[in-house]
Amino acid sequence: MEKIFKFDETVIRVGIESVDCYDALDQLANTLCNAGYVKRSYVEAIIAREKIFPTGLPTGKYGVAIPHADICHVNSSMIAIGILKDPVEFKNMGNIEDTVSTKIIFMLAMNNSENQVKLLSAFMGNLQDQELLKNLAEAKNVHSVIKLIDGKIKF
Amino acid sequence: MVYKVLTVCGTGIATSTVAAEKCKQLLLERGLSINAIECKVSEIEGKISVFQPHVIVPTTIVSDNKLCGIKKFPGLPFITGIGMDKAADEIAEYLKSIKE
Repeated sequence: MEKIFKFDETVIRVGIESVDCYDALDQLANTLCNAGYVKRSYVEAIIAREKIFPTGLPTGKYGVAIPHADICHVNSSMIAIGILKDPVEFKNMGNIEDTVSTKIIFMLAMNNSENQVKLLSAFMGNLQDQELLKNLAEAKNVHSVIKLIDGKIKF
Repeated sequence: MVYKVLTVCGTGIATSTVAAEKCKQLLLERGLSINAIECKVSEIEGKISVFQPHVIVPTTIVSDNKLCGIKKFPGLPFITGIGMDKAADEIAEYLKSIKE
C-alpha cells in the first residue's frame, strides 16, 4: 500500500536568519536534535560533511540544499525544512567551484529503513516542481509550508 | 552488450541509489542494456577495479585522478530532473560509441 510521508511542524522553520550556510545548517540540525530525531553528534556531522561533500542543488530560480549525514547519527527518519529569510550560498553538490544561492533547505535525517530509497526518490521528484519551490521560498509561516508540502511524498 | 554504470555519492544514504535508478531507467528507455550499481566516494577505487564500469556518474565531487581514466558524467540532473534527458542522451551516445 502507498504510504504518505508525514512531516513534523516542530522541525519546520521559516525565516531563518543566518550569516552563512554552516550557520543555517547548525540551526536546523539543532532543531532536529532538540526534537529527538537525531543524536547530538548529527549537528557536527552534517556541517563536517557539507564542507567535504556540499549539497547545494541548482534547481533553477530557487536553489535548494539537501544536507544529510550518516545513518549512525539518526534516531528516526525525518525531513526538516528550513526556509531562509535571505538566501545564502551553498557549494554545488556536483561542482565545488560553483555555488548555489539557496533559500530552501531540506535536511534529511535518514536511518536505514528499507523504504528509504523509495522515500528519497519520491521526495526528489518534488525538486523539479518550480511552482512548489517558489511557494516554499516565499512561505510566510510554518502553517503555509505544511499546507504546501503535506501529502507531496507518496512512496 | 550490457553497459556498466557506477554512480557515486558522498555517504550512503541513498542519494546515489536514487540517481542510479533514474539513470538506469532512462538508459533502458534509450534501448541500452544497463547494469547500474552505486558506491560511496570512499569506495570508488575498489569498486572500479571489481566492477569495471564503462561510465561513472557521480552525484558528488570526485577528483578525476580517482577515476582510472573512466569517463565521468554529471549525476546531479538525475536528482534535480533539470537537464535529465540531455544528460541521459549524452551517456547513451557515449556508451553506444564504445566497442567491445
